[in-house]
Amino acid sequence: MQESAIRDEEIEILLNDLLELYGYDFTNYSKASIKRRINRLYSLDKFPSFAEFRYHLRNDAPYSKRFVEQITVNVTEMFRDPGFYKALREQVFPHLGTYPFIRIWLAGCSTGEEAYSVAIVLKELNLFDKSLLYATDINPEVLEKAEKGMFPLSQMKQYSENYILSGGKHEFSSYYSANYNLAKFDESLRSKMIFSTHNLVSDHSFNQFQLILCRNVLIYFDKDLQAKVFNLFDQSLENLGFLALGTKETLRFSSIASNFRQLNSEKIWRKV
Amino acid sequence: MAESINKSRIDLLVIGGSAGSLEVILKAFPQLTTDLPFAIILVLHRKQNTDTTLIDLLSAKTKITVIEANEKELIKAGCIYVAPADYHLLIENDHTLSLDYSEKVNFSRPCIDITFQTAAETYKDRLACLLMSGASADGVEGLELVKTLQGITAVQDPKTAEVSYMPQKALDKMEVDYIVETDKVFDFINMLAKSSELTA
Repeated sequence: MQESAIRDEEIEILLNDLLELYGYDFTNYSKASIKRRINRLYSLDKFPSFAEFRYHLRNDAPYSKRFVEQITVNVTEMFRDPGFYKALREQVFPHLGTYPFIRIWLAGCSTGEEAYSVAIVLKELNLFDKSLLYATDINPEVLEKAEKGMFPLSQMKQYSENYILSGGKHEFSSYYSANYNLAKFDESLRSKMIFSTHNLVSDHSFNQFQLILCRNVLIYFDKDLQAKVFNLFDQSLENLGFLALGTKETLRFSSIASNFRQLNSEKIWRKV
Repeated sequence: MAESINKSRIDLLVIGGSAGSLEVILKAFPQLTTDLPFAIILVLHRKQNTDTTLIDLLSAKTKITVIEANEKELIKAGCIYVAPADYHLLIENDHTLSLDYSEKVNFSRPCIDITFQTAAETYKDRLACLLMSGASADGVEGLELVKTLQGITAVQDPKTAEVSYMPQKALDKMEVDYIVETDKVFDFINMLAKSSELTA
């Protein structure tokens, strides 16, 4: 293993280019992770030098899209952390079920696995018809994938296990049809999803929600940016609404913490 | 251990291990000096969702504080940090910890190479890395970088490791500073502690 080819100062230069020319602000992302992603892309695309890498980023707009897609992490799973989905099913949705209309925001939804998982839970609780799921991400490319609702068939065994552990009572395979190596999820699940680009760094609140899920996104942000995004979530949540974070993320040290109360051991907070 | 006490002081020891490592670590922990002048980070391959049990298991074996690595947490001497299951653990230039849920590397998350690499680039010669028993090649490349950047490199002796593949792979590719006997891991760590104090 070589020392990172693209050094810290060069990372700063690239991130400044990205901001200046394309309006994407990654300057408040955690450095170690972004450095690794950029170096990974640099070797993946076999650039001979930093200068050439930078030239492409600056002068080739389609490449800037690839750059943004590759330096962000888009790994996700259906029913990841079954205990979390169990808490949604048993502790969050029963509260939201009393509302005439449920608006949910999945911020940083990536390729949509989480949106489809939530939709399945809502269906099983007979809440789906009065729900609307806003799934947003910084990358238009992952949203296109999310809209298709097709995931690798090879993952279904794992997802099915997760689903059962999360309290799912049905046959998981009843939600998709196998199509070569892909599992195509029931079209009706998509009928209540709205996909849109949204940049947590620069875009504002766009609605009021009863539940916001933003899992494994904040770990990539520095403390200042985390604080900013927590404020955005606070503004976008109705009173008594719920905020769900990733298993290793916490609201505890944020300035909005006093407005929220945590639910048991899961990373779910209720605005009080 | 035949090697003479290393003259350099370290601020961080990263231990990477896979199959067959945990038992060795559990045996070593009770004999560790309790006033460690550096921090220890453990990156162990394991099944998902066993975090709290692992922390409890390790805590029961030593008076040193054992905690799960939290994102943004500052690495402090005298503490043992455990990489959480299913996240990569990275080290920032300001000596804080970062978690990353990106693709598995070497079929692993946490990946030992990633922690070794980011530790090496940050701590350079104030780092020691120990690669232990395992059936994977994860950690070997990272250990090479640790060496390039003047850190101390060590492997568990493949002769007595439960699974020799991982440490042997490192020995095939590089010359390490220490080959640590399986029942002398505590000795190795205490030796690092002593030399770090001497040169503090």
